[in-house]
Amino acid sequence: MTVPDPTLPDLDRVVAGFVHCLRRGGLPVPIGQSLRFREALDVLGVGSGIDVYWAGRATLVSRPEEIAMYDAMFLTFFHHNTSGLTIRFDDTVETEAMAADEDEDGGDSDNGEGEDQPVLRWSATDILQDKDFADFTPSELDEAHRAMAKMRLQPARQRSRRREVSRTGDRLDLRRTVRAAMRSGGEPIDVARTRRGERTRRVVLLLDVSGSMEAYARVLIRFAHAAVVGRGRVEAFALGTRLTRMTRQLGSHDVDEAVAEAAEEVVDWSGGTRLGEAIGHFNDEWGVRGMSRGSIVVILSDGWDRGDPAGMAEQMARLKRTAHRVVWVNPLKAGPGYEPTARGMAAALPHIDEFLEGHSLRSLETLADVLA
Amino acid sequence: MPDSSALVESVDAVLAALNKHDYLCDRGLATSIHLAASLRRPLLLEGEAGVGKTEVAKVLAAVTGGELIRLQCYDGIDAAQALYEWNYTRQLLHLRAAEATGTAQADNTDALEDELFTERFLIRRPLLAAIDHRSEIPPVLLIDEVDRADDEFEAFLLEALSDYSVTIPELGTFHADNPPIVVITSNRTRDVHDALKRRALYHWVDHPNFEREVAIIAAKAPTVPGPLARQVAAAAGEFREMGLYKPPGVAETLDWANALHLLGASELTESNVDDTLGALLKYREDQDRARRTGLDAVIKVALGA
Repeated sequence: MTVPDPTLPDLDRVVAGFVHCLRRGGLPVPIGQSLRFREALDVLGVGSGIDVYWAGRATLVSRPEEIAMYDAMFLTFFHHNTSGLTIRFDDTVETEAMAADEDEDGGDSDNGEGEDQPVLRWSATDILQDKDFADFTPSELDEAHRAMAKMRLQPARQRSRRREVSRTGDRLDLRRTVRAAMRSGGEPIDVARTRRGERTRRVVLLLDVSGSMEAYARVLIRFAHAAVVGRGRVEAFALGTRLTRMTRQLGSHDVDEAVAEAAEEVVDWSGGTRLGEAIGHFNDEWGVRGMSRGSIVVILSDGWDRGDPAGMAEQMARLKRTAHRVVWVNPLKAGPGYEPTARGMAAALPHIDEFLEGHSLRSLETLADVLA
Repeated sequence: MPDSSALVESVDAVLAALNKHDYLCDRGLATSIHLAASLRRPLLLEGEAGVGKTEVAKVLAAVTGGELIRLQCYDGIDAAQALYEWNYTRQLLHLRAAEATGTAQADNTDALEDELFTERFLIRRPLLAAIDHRSEIPPVLLIDEVDRADDEFEAFLLEALSDYSVTIPELGTFHADNPPIVVITSNRTRDVHDALKRRALYHWVDHPNFEREVAIIAAKAPTVPGPLARQVAAAAGEFREMGLYKPPGVAETLDWANALHLLGASELTESNVDDTLGALLKYREDQDRARRTGLDAVIKVALGA
């Protein structure tokens, strides 16, 4: 019988403690991953810090955005020796990465919006159809949110390479032909055919969350939520001083929870605009790699850009070259005598397939139709 | 000499084995490979195009001596192209032959059907070939660019990879007692499903640092003289800092080094860099930006390396 060595820390506790630490930091670690981490430590041993570091990287992290958080938490947990493990770092080159920023305190955002007002049940939604979102009272906003939750995007279709059964298809379906032939004693009498199938076309929503769009962004993010939840193949990003992907956060079915989570992710909500640059980031990180290929890209923005208009034009041209269609939704367009004079907007116009309003419920329905 | 035991021995053994086959990787990737081999789990590699993700599978096959089986994913790929398919043309011919010789009577169609669904008429696609490999050394299964396939295909992959077994209704279940080494790559055009990520070990492959890139050029393009290789690697590092649309990957660096060497360059000059820029930067906008930023500044840094 072996007595556990009291000087050695209990590995299970170390794993559980570290995973707990990561979860508190906001990294979602499923239980299976922590078991895998434990297995990895069994394989590698815990003698060397660099092995423990990479064991965790390979098992607990599953996307590049999580690496910075992991590094910070790793340092906090193992370096400050709260783990009870004495970890030795001997590989100077590889540990550079871990000396990264350790701050990161997510200030609790408080979205108290006067929810205590009674809901105006009698205010039928159709009165609100054409009203500008910017003029909505809080209770009307509630109503609008409910209407928006019911909105469903009709999926636009695109031809797929996956084939489907068809009576008049252009290619033989040998599998079914042979099956049928067997029933008729080996004579292929009925010939089965296939044709190219169809599938939902991807929609990418780029929502401007800068200060000038504030009144609209709050509503439009609900539209984005309805789109992400209601239909397959929708991606949503926030454009501010930087680009933030919100698809995962908006995927939650509870709209308030989803919007709160997304807002927390977007650190530059109501900040400045670098629209051209943010669209450039989208092109670099996602678009050109494949996300905008064959997709309908929808930009929801008023077109105010403090950056260089030439840069904006260049990025829009790149977007146009990779996307199937580019739609621009501008809430200001509905205003009387609107001219697209904002420099960014003017630079972007030549590269847009469809220019829409987005200030009211009805205009969003138009958008939903355009996407179909 | 192929040696499959290196992968499960230790991280250092993996590093040494890969080095011997001219694949120079960092400790992080070596650790992931070691863990994947030891825990018998797939290894999911993500990273920019051209950082050498696919190469990992090739070199693992060289290290173990196992066969490299490649499944290239594309839009619309389905089970028939990944797993198995019946050879219908042969089946039809067989049927006609049976009919002609009069064996296809109504009373023995069952026997005929059994005959049609035997391994003789089975076309083994990559997944089945990797799981039912029947060789001493397990093969390396490369599932390339999984992000190009759709969600349904991913779910199907997950099922096959979760216990390394495949069921063909007419033939029974194939199970790999000695499972293949599975390398999955993704360019991140979309998120790979969480379930697949949970199943696999994950590694983000980065551009190599300067020293490693010099070593890679020395290993992969041995004719390029050392000083030129150092300048090329330093210049590539500079270009990556320029905020280009497509920062050059290792593959481009190698092309560029070879191109310069072919032109008889012994060191970088403004004119030979200008002439060969197309081997390194593949977008017109990127070339413009590099020229605007100034090739001379890049060359100055590179000559100092």
